[in-house]
Amino acid sequence: MPYLSLTDEDRGSLLRTIGVRSLEDLIKDIPASLRNARISLPEGLSEPEVRALITRLGRKNTTTQDCLSFLGAGSYEHFIPAAATEIAGRQEFLTAYTPYQPEASQGTLQAIYEYQSLMTELTGLDVSNASHYDGATALAEAALLTLRQTDRSKVLVARSAHPHYRETLRTYLTGTPYTVEEFGFDANGNFDRNAFASKLDATVGGVIFQTPNFFGVMEDLEGVSEKIHANGSLMILTADPLSLGVFKSPREWGADIAAGEGQPLGLSMEFGGPYLGYFVVSQALMRRIPGRLAGLTEDADGKRAFCLTLQAREQHIRRERAGSNICSNQALCALAACAYMTLLGKKGMREIGEINCDRAYYLRQKIAKTRNFQVNTTQPIFNEFRVISKKPFAEVELKLKTQRFFPGVRLETFYPELKDQFLVCATETKTKEDLDQFAEALSQC
Amino acid sequence: MLISKDDRLSFEKSKPGRRGVTLPRERFCSADPLQTVPKHLLRQSPLLFPEMSESDIIRHFINLSRKNFSVDTHFYPLGSCTMKYNPKVNEWAAHQEKFTALHPLQSEETTQGILEILYEMEEGLKEITGMDRFTMQPAAGAHGELTGMMLVHAYHASRGDKARRKVLVPDSSHGTNPASAALLDFHVVEVASDAHGCVDLKDLERHLDEQVACLMLTNPNTLGLFEKNILEIARLVHEKGGLLYYDGANLNPLLGLARPGDMGFDIIHVNLHKTFSTPHGGGGPGSGPVGVKKHLIPFLPAPLVEKAKEGYRWAKGDPRSIGRVKLFHGNIGVIIRAYTYLKVLGREGLLKVSEAAILNANYLKEKLKPYFQVAINGPCMHEFVLSLKSCGAQGVHAGDVGKRLLDFGFHAPTVHFPMVVPEALMIEPTETESKETLDLFVEAMKQIAHEIETDPENVRQAPFTLPVRRPNDVLAARKPILSYRDMVREKALAAEVAA
Amino acid sequence: MDFPENLRYTKTHEWIAVQGNKGKVGVTSYAQQEISDVVFVELPKKDQAVQQAKTAAVVESVKAAFDIYAPMSGKVTNTNKALEANPGLINQSPYGDGWLFEIELANAGEVNALMTAQQYRDTVQQAPKH
Repeated sequence: MPYLSLTDEDRGSLLRTIGVRSLEDLIKDIPASLRNARISLPEGLSEPEVRALITRLGRKNTTTQDCLSFLGAGSYEHFIPAAATEIAGRQEFLTAYTPYQPEASQGTLQAIYEYQSLMTELTGLDVSNASHYDGATALAEAALLTLRQTDRSKVLVARSAHPHYRETLRTYLTGTPYTVEEFGFDANGNFDRNAFASKLDATVGGVIFQTPNFFGVMEDLEGVSEKIHANGSLMILTADPLSLGVFKSPREWGADIAAGEGQPLGLSMEFGGPYLGYFVVSQALMRRIPGRLAGLTEDADGKRAFCLTLQAREQHIRRERAGSNICSNQALCALAACAYMTLLGKKGMREIGEINCDRAYYLRQKIAKTRNFQVNTTQPIFNEFRVISKKPFAEVELKLKTQRFFPGVRLETFYPELKDQFLVCATETKTKEDLDQFAEALSQC
Repeated sequence: MLISKDDRLSFEKSKPGRRGVTLPRERFCSADPLQTVPKHLLRQSPLLFPEMSESDIIRHFINLSRKNFSVDTHFYPLGSCTMKYNPKVNEWAAHQEKFTALHPLQSEETTQGILEILYEMEEGLKEITGMDRFTMQPAAGAHGELTGMMLVHAYHASRGDKARRKVLVPDSSHGTNPASAALLDFHVVEVASDAHGCVDLKDLERHLDEQVACLMLTNPNTLGLFEKNILEIARLVHEKGGLLYYDGANLNPLLGLARPGDMGFDIIHVNLHKTFSTPHGGGGPGSGPVGVKKHLIPFLPAPLVEKAKEGYRWAKGDPRSIGRVKLFHGNIGVIIRAYTYLKVLGREGLLKVSEAAILNANYLKEKLKPYFQVAINGPCMHEFVLSLKSCGAQGVHAGDVGKRLLDFGFHAPTVHFPMVVPEALMIEPTETESKETLDLFVEAMKQIAHEIETDPENVRQAPFTLPVRRPNDVLAARKPILSYRDMVREKALAAEVAA
Repeated sequence: MDFPENLRYTKTHEWIAVQGNKGKVGVTSYAQQEISDVVFVELPKKDQAVQQAKTAAVVESVKAAFDIYAPMSGKVTNTNKALEANPGLINQSPYGDGWLFEIELANAGEVNALMTAQQYRDTVQQAPKH
């Protein structure tokens, strides 16, 4: 193995210094009955061999680059600037530890600080943590935060929010004194205002909305935060961060917490991870935010310096009384997102939002003209929308697959009542020819 | 000057009109779709992102990277963190477009390669740990612990055993252990360590009753010692109907030597970012697969990968499953790296790793013994703890020694942990360091020991050679300034006061 | 180190100044030294009931969080708002401006369980330094 440095000679010299004859003398505490387990693993591979293996396994995948993909539903294909990839690949960031020694980690700390600054700017809220695992876990911990803050027992979530978010939330609350309840959506996929209002009672600590929601619809949250706050509850909004250059920010909607998935900010789809949970709260909730925070201070010479701060909230200090158990986060993903947002800058963030809308609206209009597929062309969307097929979706999918399309995500998997409906996503990665070709293929179905 | 003196934020380097990337100008719709969107759905507040050119942004971030210590540039003897070398072929593998361009909701027949990796990684983990089934979903060690506590809860609940509300943790445990148990509303009870730093059997027995849901254990423990009574501990816990949880933070020295599954553990998590050489990324992402014995398989988060005649597929979820703990299937990129490492390691590599990890730690301990007090005498596994208690007279704390080491080009060991040792300095060299590196480290420690006697102030004030001196963390916590916006507001306030 | 005679003390290093059915609570000078620089104080809410020897507040330093136990039971009538902006008052003036909260005593007899200045001085001076 090329990763070990001890030679046979070193080993002998180490043993002599330690004053033992062999390794066995050092591990006498391990009971004999535990030794000599038969471990069945193949012999180790050389680098050329392991590369051949990985290449062979890779070839067994058909990727979104081998096909024309319109898959979205929580993981999105976006353009990633080469410079962003370079920055996140920098080994001094990649192979560094958590910046507990600030003098030796100013690079990571300042990058986190800039990430926090960009996220507060984007969401409009006041305090961003250094990252959470992913959108689903960030949302689940946001729900826990609202329940502790309000000392209430129930969290409400829109059924138009991502099914995996909702499932993770249920998993997190099982075994706790807390419960989760859902409110439905209307025929167009907007959250049901009456159902929401009727479930908002004195036991509700937090309410969760997603926009664009799982169906790609920009939810109209007019008047929602006022109702929630009048009830003494807190509002959690999970938004596609890439939409916030053009669409209303969580702060503008009156949310207390913005928590969700940051993958669209320059992270590849990678079969589902590692992604980036973002978590931003209002000033009033600063002491309850889970995870690490980088703060500004000065060093012993009065020079600008960054360090992790408000650590007394965290598990390594508060142990069983900590609000969260998170330790490792997704720092490198936050760095990648930080580089991405810095590269896009003020103008780019607006343009990328406009372009996503343009591509999705264009494709939706094209699909509206097909015989066998139906779409709602008046609903505000970002880069994804729902298509209703007059033919069995399985048939459509099979036919399009042979033409090397990934036509979209089947909705029946998540909502049994939505038969033969699917989600189609079009981002800035699609050319006009791509979209025309796909619409043409659908019209042939 | 190797390190840039410029400590401005990107926001402070911004100039209107610059941009870091250009985007397509062409619009496909004949009319701007945003014109049709109701105004009240659109963003009103300006987005004050920095405006910089690509070249300036690259220089900005590359200069930042140079203000970091990292495994690729420095020795990191961080106890319980296993900062081993991160092989480059792992990075190569994870960056293959054949993996990065996979959508998580693609069909099974288009994802056979990645499903095979997930399956094979699970098989490898099963062999190495002696467990029966793994979920790859958890994103980190603490996330694995939380998943484990959910499994503990589901298991007892399925048996109608509702009285089990107590989770035991040793007083030397990682903070994540009690914090994870508390999230499931378990009542956390600490078990004392004995004079050798191991679980005090008498104290354990005192706490063991029908209310115990689980005992969480790190083995070797955070003092670097193998719990030699582990079989007895397992028997006692199981006898009372409790489960045994293995915190995999210290799995590295057991590779090929002994398996948690054989010790009697029911649930374990493995930190792929420690034992399986994936990079720490400045704090993450990690990956914390959770393995269980047969009786707990039905409760694992769904879905799991299985091998069928026609290939790999997602198994149908068991109705008793605790449900999903993550948005998709796990931190796949990290798992690909770990899989690549496992393939290079092979069966014979396991023992080489654990052997070198143990030898390096014992060697360092032996070499440092003349200069510093070792918390527990006798052989250690992969790490050991020094106590700086005797330096109290000079006013030097463990943290100060860590800071002074930075000046010698070594990252600080883990300081002030475990809490059972006063002024603890916890050292884990890992197997990838050479004897020469260890000797240089010993030289530095020797010099610091001398300085503590002759010039303690120098140790207390260190470091002197890094981009910054010690940051004022009291100021940072008393007056949190957590974003650029906070800075601007703070400045405006100060100007107002001055006026 | 200072041990004002007019106060009563707990073995967990809180003090209370009893006046009629009211009590003013803080941490001792010894405690603030052990805690080091206080960076944040989590105070009880007004009207909150506190119980003798049960957690009533939390004092944080950069590296630790300390539970503060109520020396006597009662209802919180007032808290020291100045600590929000300036938690360092606890270090500067533990028996004065660094007080934590005031309570209306539920059981004046509880004071008998507390130490006098002399008794507290003795326990602290015996305590091992670390």
